[in-house]
Amino acid sequence: MLELAIGIILGGCALGAGCAMIAGIGPGIGEGNAVAKACEAIGRQPESRSAVTTTMLMGCAVAETTGLYALVIAILLIFVAPGRFVDILLSAIS
Amino acid sequence: MNNKPDLRFKLVDALLLIMMALPVALGWFLKVAFVTPSEGIQITGASVFFTVHLPIQDLPVSEAQVNSWIVIISLFFLCLYITHGIRANVYTRRAVMAEWAVELVEGLVKSNMGEFFAGMAPFVAAILALSAFSSLMSLIGLFSPTSDLNIVAGWAILVFILITYYKMKCGPLHYLKSFAEPVPFLAPLNIISEVATPISMAFRHYGNILSGAVISVLVAEGLAGLSHILFGWLPGALGDFPFLRIGIPAVLSIYFDVFSGCLQAFIFAMLTMLYIGGAFSLEDYLARKKAKAKTKKA
Repeated sequence: MLELAIGIILGGCALGAGCAMIAGIGPGIGEGNAVAKACEAIGRQPESRSAVTTTMLMGCAVAETTGLYALVIAILLIFVAPGRFVDILLSAIS
Repeated sequence: MNNKPDLRFKLVDALLLIMMALPVALGWFLKVAFVTPSEGIQITGASVFFTVHLPIQDLPVSEAQVNSWIVIISLFFLCLYITHGIRANVYTRRAVMAEWAVELVEGLVKSNMGEFFAGMAPFVAAILALSAFSSLMSLIGLFSPTSDLNIVAGWAILVFILITYYKMKCGPLHYLKSFAEPVPFLAPLNIISEVATPISMAFRHYGNILSGAVISVLVAEGLAGLSHILFGWLPGALGDFPFLRIGIPAVLSIYFDVFSGCLQAFIFAMLTMLYIGGAFSLEDYLARKKAKAKTKKA
């Protein structure tokens, strides 16, 4: 019975980590948009290349934030949460 | 005055170079002596060397802290080495390098924060260099301190304190009033966005470096398995040797370690400048100063 409970914990954590990374779609689309517009801008005004590139990198970094929150949650779910949850389960049983 | 360096100059140079390399060698020694190697996939945080017992809470001294001190000391001696024997109007290679670095950061600070913050350049340069060299540390086989949340969170909290300080500069009342804008009942949201600044800064830097490290380990492990399938039929030790691990992970390393590390350092420094510059309006400050002077006179 205990094996089953621990298996469910591990499976739930892995599934949760996978679900959390669905958030990667958002930054992907957002950064793609930003880079596409930056390319257009450089194509129109090649002389403003350095300024556009700097601004684009900053925008990409900020757009990435939500994806990185999801990444941090996924990493916590994979590496930290299983041990915690198993400890909670064991202390609840005993 | 002759331009040939004399013996004393060369000795000091050699001493500085040795002091620069010594911490890195110490890091390698500590890693070899204290970190137990393991077979297969191993993705753990920084390993703890020893724990200092303090009355309130134990303080674990981990690889991340030791490595960040290694970076600090090495950078200190690098700066001393670059500026050693610097003189006006004598352009040695080192002097040009030092000048380039200083002018780069001063230009960045002046164009992003304005003339008032020109004194901020050393702080920004310190953050830029620390962050970049910490991330690049994984290239020489040491644990990079920026893939530990504690180190980056420390920098983010420092930046947060600076932001709050410059917001307070226009008066504490002005600072409190800024939470009630544009409408007072949005104050909770303003407070959340205020707290989210250091959190997002720390998570951005740490997440990028850590995800690069995790993906590198996974790819190296996958390539070992793949080469076992492809070349497993070779006799003896050749069959166990992971051929595909030669060279291919280096391509990923160029992106994840070199490019991403330098880009994140740049972004962290850039956000520092933008947040601190945005927290302070010179007109409000000057108006307050004028009002204060008036009340003093009266």
